[in-house]
Amino acid sequence: MKPASFEYLRPASLEEALQYLADLGEDAKIIAGGQSLIPVLNMRLSTPKYLIDIGRVEGLSYIREEDGYLAIGALTRHVELEQSPLVAKHCPLLLEAVKWIGHAQIRQRGTVGGSIAHADPSAELPCVLAALRGEIVIAHADGEETLAAEEFFLTYLLTSLQPDQMIKEVRFPVISNAAGYAFTEVARRHGDFALVEVAAVVELNENQEIALARLAAGGANPVPCVLESVEDFLIGKAADNSLLEEAGEMASESVDPDGDLHGSASYRRSLVKTLTKRALQTAIQRAGGISR
Amino acid sequence: MANLIGQSFRRKEDYRFVTGTGQYVADIRMDNMAEAAFIRSTYAHARIKSIDRSAALALDDVYAVITGEDLVGKVGLMSEMESHCRLPKHIEDQIKPIMKHNVEPVLATGKVKYVGQNVVCIVAKNRYIAEDAAALVKIDYEPLPAVVDPFEALKEGAPLVQDDLDDNMQAYFHLPVGSWEEAVSKADHVIKGRFTSPRVGSNPIETRGVVASYDNRTDFLNIWSSTQMPFEIRHYVAKLLGLVEQNIRVVAPDVGGGFGPKGGLYPEEVLLAYLAKQLKRPVRWIEDRMEHMSGARHSRDQIHALEVAYTKDGTILGVKDDFVLDVGAINYFALTCAYNSAAHFRGAYKIPVFDLTCRIALTNKTPNVPYRGAGRPEVVFAMDRIVDMIARELGMDPVEVMLKNIIPAEEMPYSQGMYYKDGGELIYDSGNYPEAFEMALEMSRFKEIRANQERWRQEGKYIGIGFSSNVEGTGVGPFEGAKVSIDPSGQVILHVGSSSQGQSHETVFGQVAGDVFGVSLDRVTVKNGDTVALGYGAGTYASRSAVNAGSAAHLASVKLREKMLAVAGNVLEIAPEELTMKDGVIYAVSQPEKKITFPELAAAAAPGMRCKVPEGMDPGLEATHYFVPPTVTYSSSVHAAVVEVDIETGFVKIKNYYIVHDSGRVINPMVVEGQVQGGFAQGIGTALYEEVVHNENGQLLTGTYMDYLLPTSMEVPVAVQGEQEYYSTRNPLGVKGVGESGAISTPAAIANAVVDALAPFHVKIDRLPVSPNRVFDLLQDAQSEEVIMPK
Repeated sequence: MKPASFEYLRPASLEEALQYLADLGEDAKIIAGGQSLIPVLNMRLSTPKYLIDIGRVEGLSYIREEDGYLAIGALTRHVELEQSPLVAKHCPLLLEAVKWIGHAQIRQRGTVGGSIAHADPSAELPCVLAALRGEIVIAHADGEETLAAEEFFLTYLLTSLQPDQMIKEVRFPVISNAAGYAFTEVARRHGDFALVEVAAVVELNENQEIALARLAAGGANPVPCVLESVEDFLIGKAADNSLLEEAGEMASESVDPDGDLHGSASYRRSLVKTLTKRALQTAIQRAGGISR
Repeated sequence: MANLIGQSFRRKEDYRFVTGTGQYVADIRMDNMAEAAFIRSTYAHARIKSIDRSAALALDDVYAVITGEDLVGKVGLMSEMESHCRLPKHIEDQIKPIMKHNVEPVLATGKVKYVGQNVVCIVAKNRYIAEDAAALVKIDYEPLPAVVDPFEALKEGAPLVQDDLDDNMQAYFHLPVGSWEEAVSKADHVIKGRFTSPRVGSNPIETRGVVASYDNRTDFLNIWSSTQMPFEIRHYVAKLLGLVEQNIRVVAPDVGGGFGPKGGLYPEEVLLAYLAKQLKRPVRWIEDRMEHMSGARHSRDQIHALEVAYTKDGTILGVKDDFVLDVGAINYFALTCAYNSAAHFRGAYKIPVFDLTCRIALTNKTPNVPYRGAGRPEVVFAMDRIVDMIARELGMDPVEVMLKNIIPAEEMPYSQGMYYKDGGELIYDSGNYPEAFEMALEMSRFKEIRANQERWRQEGKYIGIGFSSNVEGTGVGPFEGAKVSIDPSGQVILHVGSSSQGQSHETVFGQVAGDVFGVSLDRVTVKNGDTVALGYGAGTYASRSAVNAGSAAHLASVKLREKMLAVAGNVLEIAPEELTMKDGVIYAVSQPEKKITFPELAAAAAPGMRCKVPEGMDPGLEATHYFVPPTVTYSSSVHAAVVEVDIETGFVKIKNYYIVHDSGRVINPMVVEGQVQGGFAQGIGTALYEEVVHNENGQLLTGTYMDYLLPTSMEVPVAVQGEQEYYSTRNPLGVKGVGESGAISTPAAIANAVVDALAPFHVKIDRLPVSPNRVFDLLQDAQSEEVIMPK
């Protein structure tokens, strides 16, 4: 379990990093927190010729509120989300989700950009990003572009990121104060990747009917999956228990999970139902709803 | 006289462990040391057609690329551990065993037999280069049909795992105690069950590792290994390489856990010794986690088909079991686990009739060896699950059926009517099982839980309580040795033959010896894990060190104390009977001013013209004792698990856990508590998380900790412990072993608690681990049955 030899590059600026990427392309890999890449290197599942360590790149670690988004620099560590008053105020769903990421040691090192780029369908941040319809700002030597989460995540561990591109920023839409939210997850052990996770945001109107619903599931499809049909179904409905039951059922029918050692497809499907129900229930309660 | 025994001294070894200053095999560095890496088989069963190593050899700083063919005629074959395979004649007469000789070369020759088997060894300047070279070796395999399922393996015409055998049934025995037919004829009911304990690994925090160096001047091999059995390693390295045992020193330095699978000989130990001599430079190999998952040996993997005859009041009349143990590609430990299963089946229950048949199947998997519990958790799971099933069939509380069948205290010492593996009659020496059970009921607030369960269920909370008891033969022989001496400084120096993998030898044996000499713990230095210190040693495994090494330490100390008093009497001109010793001074009881200190005594006893030992006595203050136990001594425990099950997700949460245990006289309560808690942690792994999974081709699917789930500190609550202290009658200290008891009943207690929590659904748990998906499936099946059943 020793990596094959590679050349180590440590750019000081984003421009320098992007230039390396432009020059080296597929022979290079970016390393930030290393929480996913290091095991892959040690097992020689990946043998890049160059490792570009962006750990010292200036100006990539920040959390800002701008234009209705929380803009989070790619190098921001998970722990910084956990401790940020801005995250707590503008996107408490994200705060709730971050606590499910690995263990304290992993959150100290792992980065937001790394988690998004790795694109594990069971990971927490991609699920929240999908639920909120967030964006990813991609940089390359010739400029920048912004992609929606659904354009970015292609399939299991695969994104639309090109070899000469890197994630610069991840943008999570701000959640209104009136909204309720919840992140529910089950994992075999504390800190494991989720078997299934569900992120939910709900806003109610004055009649206690659902005015806005945001819902996504992780661990159920090859990409974090927006439960759009369930969202549509919920709009205008009175928030009560039978609604939750129906929504859960609908959610489980709208996913197509694969089975693995830790959960068969039918088990995961059932978890989608249970967690959707639970996430919606909490979100509705937090939105001031009466469901119980 | 016991000032130290019974006290919770902080462990002497902990300072270096917690400050990172221990010395493990990986900490050993030597000039010119090369590093080895192995290419391991990626096939479960395949013929090796060719190995092309030219590109690897061409790489800079690669010193050797060795294949199995290179070693033919130079390095012997590994096979059964002789010391663990011998059975006394009277047991052979009773169980009529079949045990077939099986072998494994240190590097595969001809064919590979399991994923993870060593095929090529590369020695290079460092591990990075060695792994670069490994990537350049081309091995051409011709895949053979893999034998993965043990029942398929036992079928006629199945592909052979060991080519020299006629079939894959490596061993067999039948143990009859009483007449099963008679038990059935008297019974009202016979219940059947099939219980599976899957394959698991031991996963010590320190992986395996070996360093070997050879000294040309003295023709001497030094081997450091992260092993539980340094003396056995010395014996087998000498045997397989044709060397003189006394020219080999094996040291087990600090070892970070073993739990069984680090006991026994591994190919790497033999091969590194060979290579150090061949290459004339020290060679080091540190197992990485990936290698550990398939290259370090696994355990459990038993399937029991059980029948129990019982009466309508819940009295069990007899047990019949037909079981298969999947031993993997080679059986190193003969009947060790299988016979343990037989000997511990009935545990604390009074069951007069017992009929057991065992078949050990060879399959294309990593060898299966003893691991904490060693054949016991499997049968305790089977037995306590079926007792629970009997109770539910009869509409009784499982606790009632357990108590009805438990051995009454007044029947101790109790005979199970068979032999233990060491040849002794299986007679429980001391203990009080009903009392332990009552303690567990009390501690777990059983009645309160029963009274509230229905109400909790109304609120949607599925809470259950489950019990399991076990009796464990501990302190098995053959022997253990201790050599104690008084250093010129006055320090007591104690060498013991059993080495530590974290068990606290330096502390507890210090307590044992310190009491004999009347000195404080800091005046005793305990050494272990070194084959030059003592002539013979067995090792730390099978909950045996406190009993065997502890008794040896005690008896060697008593011998030396007598000699010290005799020498002191000679010096002081007082009869030895009038002398005593305390805090390093020997003095006359009636005239304390007549005294001599340990350093003075050591000087007086030294050989030479001024030696003051009495006539006929050898000079020096040193004594050795080898303790041979008459047979094992029986510790016991009762576990109570309180769990809550989320019926929508299938997740099981342990709310509370209680263990009442009797490990005889306790040398250090804190150490005993730690042992029980540690065993419990591994028991939780077996109960809820761990399973080594192979696919139908014998590929390992659980090759990383993403897939092989170990419980972490977050999943392991503290077990509340209750203690009984029924002294053993079979050793001078009155101690019993405690290393394994925490692990033995945990799976059964947790499984019973889950069944209890889900009582309205009538689920039956018959295999481990009790994973959320399995609970979910059980609930699905239960619900669909409800739909089908006409009402």
